[in-house]
Amino acid sequence: MILFLAAFSSIAITAGIIGILLYESLQFFKVVSLVDFLTDRKWTPLFADAHYGIMSLASGTLVTSIVALVLALPVGTIIAIYLSEYAPYRMREILKPLIELLGAIPTVIYGYFALLFVTPLLQFFLPHLSTFNMLSAGLVMGVMIIPYVSSLSEDAMRGVPMHIREASYAMGATRFQTALGAVMPSAFSGISSAYILAFSRAIGETMVVAIAAGMQPNFTIDPREPAATITAYIVQVSLGDLPHGTIGYQTIFAAGLMLFSMTFLFNLMGHFLKKRFRKVY
Amino acid sequence: MTAEIMKDIKKKIYEHKIYDRVFSLIGVILTFMVLMVLFVLLIDLMRNGVPRLSVSFFTSYPSRFANRAGILSAWVGTILVMTVTAIAAVPIGVAAGIYLEEYARKNWITNLIEINITNLAGVPSIIYGLMALGIFVYQLELGQSILTAGLTLSLLILPIVIVSTREALRTIPIGIREAAQAAGATKWQVVKDHLVPYSAGGVFTGIIIALSRAIGETAPLLTIGALTFIAFLPDSPFMGEFPYISFDWLLSPFTVMPIQMFNWVSRPQIDFHKNAAAAGCVLIFMSIGMNALAMYLRYKYRKKIQW
Repeated sequence: MILFLAAFSSIAITAGIIGILLYESLQFFKVVSLVDFLTDRKWTPLFADAHYGIMSLASGTLVTSIVALVLALPVGTIIAIYLSEYAPYRMREILKPLIELLGAIPTVIYGYFALLFVTPLLQFFLPHLSTFNMLSAGLVMGVMIIPYVSSLSEDAMRGVPMHIREASYAMGATRFQTALGAVMPSAFSGISSAYILAFSRAIGETMVVAIAAGMQPNFTIDPREPAATITAYIVQVSLGDLPHGTIGYQTIFAAGLMLFSMTFLFNLMGHFLKKRFRKVY
Repeated sequence: MTAEIMKDIKKKIYEHKIYDRVFSLIGVILTFMVLMVLFVLLIDLMRNGVPRLSVSFFTSYPSRFANRAGILSAWVGTILVMTVTAIAAVPIGVAAGIYLEEYARKNWITNLIEINITNLAGVPSIIYGLMALGIFVYQLELGQSILTAGLTLSLLILPIVIVSTREALRTIPIGIREAAQAAGATKWQVVKDHLVPYSAGGVFTGIIIALSRAIGETAPLLTIGALTFIAFLPDSPFMGEFPYISFDWLLSPFTVMPIQMFNWVSRPQIDFHKNAAAAGCVLIFMSIGMNALAMYLRYKYRKKIQW
C-alpha cells in the first residue's frame, strides 16, 4: 500500500504542476484577455504601458529551437546510423558513452560556452552580430541535444530485427542502402519520437538562452538578433523581486502554462509514437 | 547488348559502394567533430578557470571584487541541497519503481501512472521551479530555503530514479522470483531478500546519474528565488550539546554552484568571467565524476552478475 502511494505521488506532482499553473494563470486572465495574450505583438508586463503579447516571447523560443534542431537532427541521425549500422562493436561501446557525456554537462556551462566562446567565434565571420544573439544560443543548444537524438534514434534502429537487415543484404544492398531503405523505415516511429522529444527539450531549455540570447523580448525571426524566450523571461522575473500576488508575478505562470502545454503535447505525441513502434515487432 | 547492361549494372554497384564509403566517412567525421566540441569546451573552461583555482577560492565568500570572491557558500549549499534531494527522492522513487514493476496489476491506474512518469521526465525543469514557487514557497510557506530547493530537485529527479529502479528489477530473471515463492516466501520477502539486494547495483547507478543531473540544475532554483549573493553559511547541523543535531539549516537561504556560476557569467567584467570558468571547472568535475562513477559501477555489476 505504501508502495502504491509512492507510485501515485507522480500523479500528485503532475496535478500540482497543472493546478498551480492554472490557478495563477486564471488570476492573470482575469486582467488580460486571452485574445490580447495571443495576438499582441509586445511583451512589456513590467512597464507603465503594459502589453501582454506572448508571441514576442514564443518567437524567441521558436527561433532558438529551430536553429538547435537544424543542427541536432541531421547530425544526431547520421551519428545514430553510423553507430548502429557501421561502427564495430568495441568502437560503439566507447563512442556512445562519450557522446552521452555531452548530455551530462550542466546547462549553465553550455551557456558560458555560448556567450564567451561561440559568440566571439561567430563574430569573426559575422562582424555585426550582437553580443547576445539567438544564433549562438541555438547552435550550442543543438550540440547539447545531439546526444539525445543520436541515443534515442540508435536505440530505435537497434531494435529493428536482424532479419530485416539480412533480407536487404541478401538482395545485394550496401550498408548505406540497407540503413536508408530497410532500417530507417522500420524504425520510423522510434526515430520520429526522438525528434519530437528533442524539440520539446529545446523549447524547455532555459540557461543557455537566458545567458546567451539576451533578456529583451523581441518579435523577430532573425536569429542574429537578441531575443528573450519564454524560459528566459521566467528567469529574468525570478531574478528580480516581484511581490507575490501581483500581475507581474502571475505573468510567469501564464508563460509557464504556455510552455507546459507545448511540451506536454509534444511529449504525449512522442510517447504514443514510441509505443506504436514497440507494437510492430 | 547484354554486355552494355552488365556494364551499366557494374557502374551502378560501383557508385553505390562509393556512396557507402562516403557516408561511413561522414559518420566518422561527425562523431569526432561532436567529441571535438566537448573537448574544446573542456579546454576553454580549464584554460580560463584553472588559474583561478586556489585554496582561497574554496574558502572565500562571494565578493564585489572578482579576485577575492570564492565559492564557499556555493559548494556548501550544493552539498546540503543534494542531501535533502537524495533523502526525499530515493525512498519514494525506489518504492514507486518496486510497486510498478512487481506489484501493479495491469489496469487503467497503472497505465495512467506510467504515461504520467514518461511525461514528467519530459517536463522542462523550469516548470518544476514554478510549481515549487507556487506551492512550497507560498502555499506551504517553506520560504526560499534549502528545504524548498532540495524538495524541488527531488521531484525533478523522481522519474529518473523510478525508471532506473524498474530497469534494474527487470534484468532479474523471473526464475529467481518463482524459486523464492516456491520455497514459501511471501511477495514482500521476495522483494526484501532477493530483488532489492540483486538490483542494488543498478538502482545505485541510477541514483548517482539522477543526482548528477540535479547538481547542475540552475533554472528551477533560480525560479524559487535562490539568492546569488550569500556571504554566510547555514547553521551547522551538529551541535556540541543536546540534542546534538539541529535542523535550522533546512530553512536557511542558500546558493549553489550553478547559480553562483550563472551570476558571474552574467556580469560584464572579464575577471568575473574567469571566476565563472573556475566555478564551472569545479562543477563539471563533480558532474562528470559522478557520471564516470556510475559508468564504472554499471560495468562492474554487469560483469559480476551471471544468472
